[in-house]
Amino acid sequence: MIQHGDPGETFREQKLPVKDKEKGRGALEKDRRSKQFADLDQLIGRYSREKGQLIRILQKAQEIFGYLPEEVQAYVAEKLEIPVSEVNGVVTFYSLFSTRPRGKYTLSICMGTACYVKGAQDLMDTLKEELNIDEGETTPDQIFTIKSTRCVGACSLAPILVANEDVHGRISPGELKGIIQTYRKGESVDHKKH
Amino acid sequence: MIIKSIEDLKEVKEKYVPLIKQRLGHRNGLGLTQILVCHGTACHSSESREVRRQLEQELIRRGLGDQTRVIKTGCFGFCQHGPIVMVHPGETLYCRVRPEDIRELVEKHLIGGQILDRLLYQNDSTGEKTPAIEDIRFFRAQSRIVLRNCGVINPEKIGEYIARDGYFALAGAVLHKSKKEVIETIKKSGLRGRGGAGFPTGTKWELAAAQDPHPKYVVCNADEGDPGAFMDRSILEGDPHSILEAMTIAGYCIGANEGYIYVRAEYPIAVDRLELAIGQAREAGLLGRGLFGTSFDFDISLRFGAGAFVCGEETALLHSVMGQRGEPRPRPPYPAQEGLWGKPTLINNVETFANIAAILRDGWEWYQGEGTSTSKGSKVFSLAGKINNTGLIEVPMGTTLRTIIFDIGGGIPGNKKFKAVQTGGPSGGCIPAECLDLPIDYESLKETGSMMGSGGMIVMDEENCMVDIARFYLEFSQDESCGRCTPCRVGTKRLLEILIRITEGHGEMEDLELLEELSYDIRDASLCGLGQTAPNPVLSTLRYFKSEYIAHVRDKRCPAGVCKALLDYSVDEEKCIACGLCAGVCAAQAITGAPKTPYRIDPEKCTRCAACVAKCPKQAIQKGIRKDVADLGGEAGIYAGAGGAENRATF
Repeated sequence: MIQHGDPGETFREQKLPVKDKEKGRGALEKDRRSKQFADLDQLIGRYSREKGQLIRILQKAQEIFGYLPEEVQAYVAEKLEIPVSEVNGVVTFYSLFSTRPRGKYTLSICMGTACYVKGAQDLMDTLKEELNIDEGETTPDQIFTIKSTRCVGACSLAPILVANEDVHGRISPGELKGIIQTYRKGESVDHKKH
Repeated sequence: MIIKSIEDLKEVKEKYVPLIKQRLGHRNGLGLTQILVCHGTACHSSESREVRRQLEQELIRRGLGDQTRVIKTGCFGFCQHGPIVMVHPGETLYCRVRPEDIRELVEKHLIGGQILDRLLYQNDSTGEKTPAIEDIRFFRAQSRIVLRNCGVINPEKIGEYIARDGYFALAGAVLHKSKKEVIETIKKSGLRGRGGAGFPTGTKWELAAAQDPHPKYVVCNADEGDPGAFMDRSILEGDPHSILEAMTIAGYCIGANEGYIYVRAEYPIAVDRLELAIGQAREAGLLGRGLFGTSFDFDISLRFGAGAFVCGEETALLHSVMGQRGEPRPRPPYPAQEGLWGKPTLINNVETFANIAAILRDGWEWYQGEGTSTSKGSKVFSLAGKINNTGLIEVPMGTTLRTIIFDIGGGIPGNKKFKAVQTGGPSGGCIPAECLDLPIDYESLKETGSMMGSGGMIVMDEENCMVDIARFYLEFSQDESCGRCTPCRVGTKRLLEILIRITEGHGEMEDLELLEELSYDIRDASLCGLGQTAPNPVLSTLRYFKSEYIAHVRDKRCPAGVCKALLDYSVDEEKCIACGLCAGVCAAQAITGAPKTPYRIDPEKCTRCAACVAKCPKQAIQKGIRKDVADLGGEAGIYAGAGGAENRATF
């Protein structure tokens, strides 16, 4: 049996940073982690019997952890009895996987052609400027991550912003600022699309 | 109920057929009102789920629950005007229905028996309102083979699919036809792969069937990566059983017992419907062991793409299905010879599979009659970009671009001029106005320097810069290049660098030659389809829009007013309220002004970052085509890294 959080010497220093002054929360954090690893075990048990399910396992693992730190990659590799390099190879190949933590809301601007010809680049520029971070980065308060995404196939609503799962269509740079404000306040966004 | 024979299928069909017939316009005195609500991705994103929920509640509230049914359907194709609601009998099509419209709709149409004019489709140019689907030009010029069930049946009910003669083709094949006969029918129909390259489907099946090693596999390529293409997604969302049926037929023909659908994780609705459909088919005995009481077993499972465009290429896709990095490998051996886990594997695209049942049901003779001499049947296109009716259409092969863009698509919005239509995604090219009357099929599109691709069509108007579009596609290809072979990995990067140079105003005339030369090298030397076709957007724009390139390079001017570095920013003095926000945000300190007088931008200092445009609360800062051609003085000439002949390596 492999111990949670101790998947191998190589990745020992990769554990999630827990701030010293938050020792009380540290214990809570530990509980959460072991729950997450228990979920991961269940997941691996379910999928590892079928061949070629590595991508599926990693997708689900990302849903559990929010991202795929090296610790998790090594754990999956160990369990599936494949080299870590193979797992890491897959993680870094596909754009869906993230090896860095993401903010509470991932704001993705669709960079498909239909959105591009209708001004997606302007939206991206506004977003970057408004949040003062670059593409692929997360705001220091861990609320927003900016990404560009490939075509989501809702081209009739171009240009599109996808916030986590919610699609906001036909938005202008001006409206975008309002949407950011509402998410920041933690309210649900009831954006009129038409 | 386990379905074992054609009789069993007929029994299910009879149960559902009256409902379906009413939706097709038969007045069969059902005494029932059916309200269809589109649940495709576009309508879903504009809250069609909420529309349906409100509708159901309102019907119960008004005591209409028993005589009215609300049905969710797949994509009608009329995405621009979504969410779509259709009421039968009467075939009334309502567009852009908002949740708050429901009360009025129920009151007026269902209780009052009158049409609610406000929500009807309105023709933008004539202002005419049309309640009937057949009077709308968008639908009139189409002929639906692949999309016949989209917007008619509830994709989450297998019974409704069976009522549309679903699974009859499978039963007929498994029970009464030899494998050879079925393959022969597909071959004679002339069906060609709809994924883009147009390989004859029957030949592919024959090749896979002729292989000895077992087990064999059937794979459905639903990794629709082309930006601006959503045909496959709509088919999967609107008619998932048609894909399951066709894959099972393919399994029967080539002797496979396992199938995989490789679908993008970005299509959550399609994934849900597929999972549901597979479950229902298993329950009905249409997937699993001993289909129709024979010894033929077949089952299908899903595999998910994780965001890599190259996985649309079949050998890369195979690696991804096996859970590996999606890198392509050289062919031969073809997947039909050596595919998944080294075994023969048949790979077809979603739309190709969607044609199979129709061909077996209505005969190859009928299918042969559709389309042009080399390309049979119909093609689904997704229209997007600068076009009035964005959406999903299906037309016979050989329809002209003019019909598609101006009749069905309703032309260009805002009285702008049509400039080009881009087909084939990052592998295709831009087709200019002079080719509008070209009847489209695989061959004619290739001649224009573009390709059929999977069927995305992006329309561009005079405000789109073709050099910028070429740069956009190259950025995509360069980003998605998997890095396995050098011509694609390094070549696309160099190509992109030249294009960036041109759009930023540092291009040289020699660059144009270099672009072309490098494009041909990448095309000829790359390993897979991604690299071989990546230069197409560059080559086609160079062919048809060379003058735009020259304007960028020689005059340092972007005629369409897109390329930021080549624009001038100025303040509209009438709109300016002298708030000074622009001056505050300008990093180059190019903006000066004082309270109560309009601000000014110094073009000499301006770095064209457009930060002021975004900041201005009154939209008073305009970007315009650069009037004075910048005097490059000492900067002119060849500089390090430019494509001048003397800077090129000699070998």
